[in-house]
Amino acid sequence: MPFHTHSLPNGLQLVGETIPSARSAAVGFFVKTGSRDETAEVAGVSHFLEHMVFKGTQRRTALDVNLDFDRIGANYNAYTSEENTVYYAAVLPEYLADAVDILADVLRPSLRGEDFDTEKQVILEEIKMYEDAPGSMAWDHARRIYYADHPLGNTILGSTASVGALSRDQMKGYFDRRYVAPNVVAAAAGNLDWPAFVRLVESKCGHWPAMPAGREHVREARGKGGLHILTQPTSSQEHVLVMSPGSSAESPLRYTAATLAIAVGDDSGSRLYWALVDPGLVESASCGTDQGQGCGMTVTSFSCDPDGVAGNLEIVRKILDDVQRDGITAEELAQAKNKITSRVVRHSERPMGRMRSIASSWIYCQEYSDVDRELARFDAVSLETIREYLDRYPINEATVVEYGPLTS
Amino acid sequence: MAQELHQHTLPNGLTLLAERMDHVRSATMYLLVPGGFTYDPPDRLGTATLLAEMLVRGAADRDSKRLALDLDNLGADRSESVGPFNVVLSAGTLARNLPAVLDVYADIARRPLLPGDELEAAQELALQDILGLEDSPQEKVILELKARYYPPPFDRSRYGTAAGIEAVTPESLHGYYRSRFRANGAILSVAGAIDWPALKGQVERLFGDWPGGADPEPTPEARAPRSEHLPKDTQQTQIALAYPSASFPDPDYYAARGAVGVLSGGMSARLFTEVREKRGLCYSVYASHDTVRDRGAVIGYAGTRSDRAQQTLDVMVAEFRRLADGVTDDEVARVRAALKTSLVMQQESTSARAGSMASDWFYLRRVRTVEEIQAAIDGLTPAMILEHLERYPAKDLTVVTLGPEPLTTPAG
Repeated sequence: MPFHTHSLPNGLQLVGETIPSARSAAVGFFVKTGSRDETAEVAGVSHFLEHMVFKGTQRRTALDVNLDFDRIGANYNAYTSEENTVYYAAVLPEYLADAVDILADVLRPSLRGEDFDTEKQVILEEIKMYEDAPGSMAWDHARRIYYADHPLGNTILGSTASVGALSRDQMKGYFDRRYVAPNVVAAAAGNLDWPAFVRLVESKCGHWPAMPAGREHVREARGKGGLHILTQPTSSQEHVLVMSPGSSAESPLRYTAATLAIAVGDDSGSRLYWALVDPGLVESASCGTDQGQGCGMTVTSFSCDPDGVAGNLEIVRKILDDVQRDGITAEELAQAKNKITSRVVRHSERPMGRMRSIASSWIYCQEYSDVDRELARFDAVSLETIREYLDRYPINEATVVEYGPLTS
Repeated sequence: MAQELHQHTLPNGLTLLAERMDHVRSATMYLLVPGGFTYDPPDRLGTATLLAEMLVRGAADRDSKRLALDLDNLGADRSESVGPFNVVLSAGTLARNLPAVLDVYADIARRPLLPGDELEAAQELALQDILGLEDSPQEKVILELKARYYPPPFDRSRYGTAAGIEAVTPESLHGYYRSRFRANGAILSVAGAIDWPALKGQVERLFGDWPGGADPEPTPEARAPRSEHLPKDTQQTQIALAYPSASFPDPDYYAARGAVGVLSGGMSARLFTEVREKRGLCYSVYASHDTVRDRGAVIGYAGTRSDRAQQTLDVMVAEFRRLADGVTDDEVARVRAALKTSLVMQQESTSARAGSMASDWFYLRRVRTVEEIQAAIDGLTPAMILEHLERYPAKDLTVVTLGPEPLTTPAG
């Protein structure tokens, strides 16, 4: 049985899948905190903190951290989402212990003032970079409008003003509250020795604080509704997002949600593809799910020449109305399943893919699925479960945001 | 663990490459046909891109919808793309479906319908892509750099031009397809849980009578590179630069990769450390290596707030030049560690292996073994890199910037 789990006395949870035939190992530390856990005053602190984690500890300067990772040839990075901050590395099996040593060390960062001030400039550059990417700005605005006063509408980067005003002490306070052992899952997959991994994490992280960290505002949001036109004269294309309520990350309907999104808006052979991409009406169009704790959203989006927006939006609305009324066909369901089977198998061939998959299952559902069980769950999706899904989460209950040069 | 590599060139010139990987359940195929954007007729730039889009709009007895549905039901995760020299068709799926997928791709390559009444839609998509590039300044600045650094026809991009795309007709597209889609020079690369004798037999049946006779690659004209500032009202200034390096087939190639690795191989490398970590000047800064046929280049990039862009350029250029003063054993050891990790992890991915074999064959006319690549990595030393830099110094930089204000390239 390749799956293992263990809890440390301080509440830190470990999960792992051993794959003896793998040529590498992947490890990740998942801290269950993100932009949804921030107050307006500290908007962007989770993401800025993610950067500061790599800037050194008692034992290591920022350069030491980078040198140590690079000396073991690690593929490493981190990301911040609305609800998780994730630090991960893929390494050759002989370097897993080193990778855990570095990750466990940096997760108790020093947050030195000089590093804080310099890295703040990097964050401000990142904000500017996204300001020049209208597709990303559209997404941020769309979420803000859809979620209204629900904290899932918070941006991950924060603003130039909020990040500019952030102090090192505010970050430290946030870190002390959120980066606590019960709020962290350590996951590993690939060619690894599980008992050795447990001993390692226990010795490096056993002293982490045991106080719990919760999450407020775990409630559904159904979307503000309406049509919102945001004008950005420097954007060349118009970016349109049609958002409707969706199931949460822990919902048993999550497989149905993902399958439906493929039928509606996958890159190939979907309703959106045939109606919008095949005739050349848009540059791109897609439908996907955004699944968080206690709350989710389905996003149907496209980017196009501003002249085509009104006509394209009508087409999208009709597709969503048709799907809401009639569901999808048996052929579309079979087609989606055949795509999913191939993708799940291919994704599982890298340890990083399995590591992220088992971590997510554990964080949201406290369960484990090997590849065959994942495939069985997708195979169990039926026209009936799709009907049940649409009745609870109408795909045409829309909040629409347009972002681009149009003024009306 | 022994690598199981196979290779067979058909009498008509098509080369089949295969790697059997028995620890996976999937398989990936790459079909490269010489017909990339350097072959575009000069008054119809964008022809290759349109062809790639049109190839999958029906083939043999399947119309566009049936073709897409059948490939989707075979779980074929696929893409059609265009590089300077090749149209690249790729598909990855469960290994047991690969023979059926290959049958379909033989139809796509040899019997595409290229429906005239769908050309306008493909043209619209290509025009929308060009518009979308305006909203992706990081990608745009690299293409604008290559357009000024490389000589024609290597200075083109896969996007074509609006005028070129609009000038394509069904007849001109069919003509292009007939002239380019021939067996000689085509490469079919397959990796995964495959059976070599069965694969070889199937490919011989599907492609054995595909005629050859395509014209050879265009030769580049002589044209000196030029730097330029492109005004655009943006928050960041995009900086891109290039200078000559060893190409992939060159014996100096790994020394060139070593130099780029010291500059940009990981977060302890020089550019990241000096430009971002120490000075906070940017979020994204990197150097990479590019090969176009027999010429190589080092490409540098940074995106930075416009009021600090001059400083960023100054620091970047200083780092490129400072390399010639020396590189340490530890720096080279780190480059080797990263290359080794990549090499090992490539063995986990059928897509990575299929792509790597195709690229090897295209440039070298053979497939490198893991041992050979590992030996080249192990052989990398500071002395090699410094000798290489004497042959390929960071001078006569071509610099292209995209943003509100022009910059001055530091002399030296």
